[in-house]
Amino acid sequence: MMLSDYVCDGRFGRNNVRYCITLWGDLMNVIWFVLIAVSIAGALISGHTEPLTKALFDGARAAVDISLFLLGIISLWLGVTKIIEESGLIHRISHFFKPIITSIFRSVPPDHPAITSITLNLLANFFGLGNAATPLGIKAMQDLQTLNRDKETITFAMMLFIVLNTASIQFIPFTVVGILSELGSAQPSAIVVPTLCATVVSAACAVLVLLLFRKIMR
Amino acid sequence: MKPLTLFSQMIIPCFILLTVLYGAYKKVRVYDCFVSGAKEGLTVVLHIFPYLLAIFVAVKAFQASGILEYIAAGASSLLISYGVPPEVLSLAVVKPLSGSASTAIFTDIVKTTGPDSTASKTAGVIMGSAETTFYVIAVYLGAVGIRKTRYLVPVCVIADTIGIIIAVIVVKLFLE
Repeated sequence: MMLSDYVCDGRFGRNNVRYCITLWGDLMNVIWFVLIAVSIAGALISGHTEPLTKALFDGARAAVDISLFLLGIISLWLGVTKIIEESGLIHRISHFFKPIITSIFRSVPPDHPAITSITLNLLANFFGLGNAATPLGIKAMQDLQTLNRDKETITFAMMLFIVLNTASIQFIPFTVVGILSELGSAQPSAIVVPTLCATVVSAACAVLVLLLFRKIMR
Repeated sequence: MKPLTLFSQMIIPCFILLTVLYGAYKKVRVYDCFVSGAKEGLTVVLHIFPYLLAIFVAVKAFQASGILEYIAAGASSLLISYGVPPEVLSLAVVKPLSGSASTAIFTDIVKTTGPDSTASKTAGVIMGSAETTFYVIAVYLGAVGIRKTRYLVPVCVIADTIGIIIAVIVVKLFLE
């Protein structure tokens, strides 16, 4: 259905909102296009073409560097998690947190491996172990994908998982406290409690926004 | 701070030791098992790479174009009138895009405004409570080959914005 159909038949309200969201559901394409187009146009106008050309190749290089770094840590953690799985240790770890995770991810069956990988990822995030969290998060996405009927389209459980991840619930922000104390703060750990409050409140808000979108789109 | 740093340094080695000990106790062939798990790493990274490339090229180009400075200059008077330190804006824009760049900006804010300024504290809370959203989306969706993201990206953008507002409010409540 074309946009004009919506405008012409005068059905404003929920349908229009829903249409706009579908239109912007491809937001990743929009954002990428805007970043590239605006940056290059801006650089051309202000005469920054030389640094821009360098930046484009720097970006490509950075992607290779990060990928190689990820290759190491992902393989390491996949190796370790394989031992955890085979030995049955995984059941002991996830047993404790299972009730919480299953009550959040209701569309995932309680005995599904995704519950365990989600638990491990959220725990790694909580303790600020970024290097461990990414591989475990990828594992969780792969486990959630086995429950997905349409392999190209994201499920609600996946969105919930990503939203919880981007809210970054963290016990202690080690890097930040480290930088603050390094540069001579009188009380570098003063931000720990405020950060924890901010992160919990914003995680709750993020989930609410997600639920709101689901309600509109249904 | 000392015991916490120690705890964070201990947790990964101890976890791996526990895993290997428990595996051996349960008569798992730990070496073979580790290798077969690690083998999957290669395919995962191969899947993620093009997504990472796209994100990194766009973000680097954006940083080099100098547009961020224009936005910051334009919005700073508005931010000051609401009592928000204007330095925080560039961090708020960059944080969802790049982890290393936002760490650099944060360090710069702390250096120029002093480690105990409101700007530094607000920036610190944003650093700890926001995540490199687009990196996470690129990596996680790239790993499973999902192309239709439905309403994920709008939700993340709105949630990030709310998160930054909350960070500013929390610093006002707790640290002033």
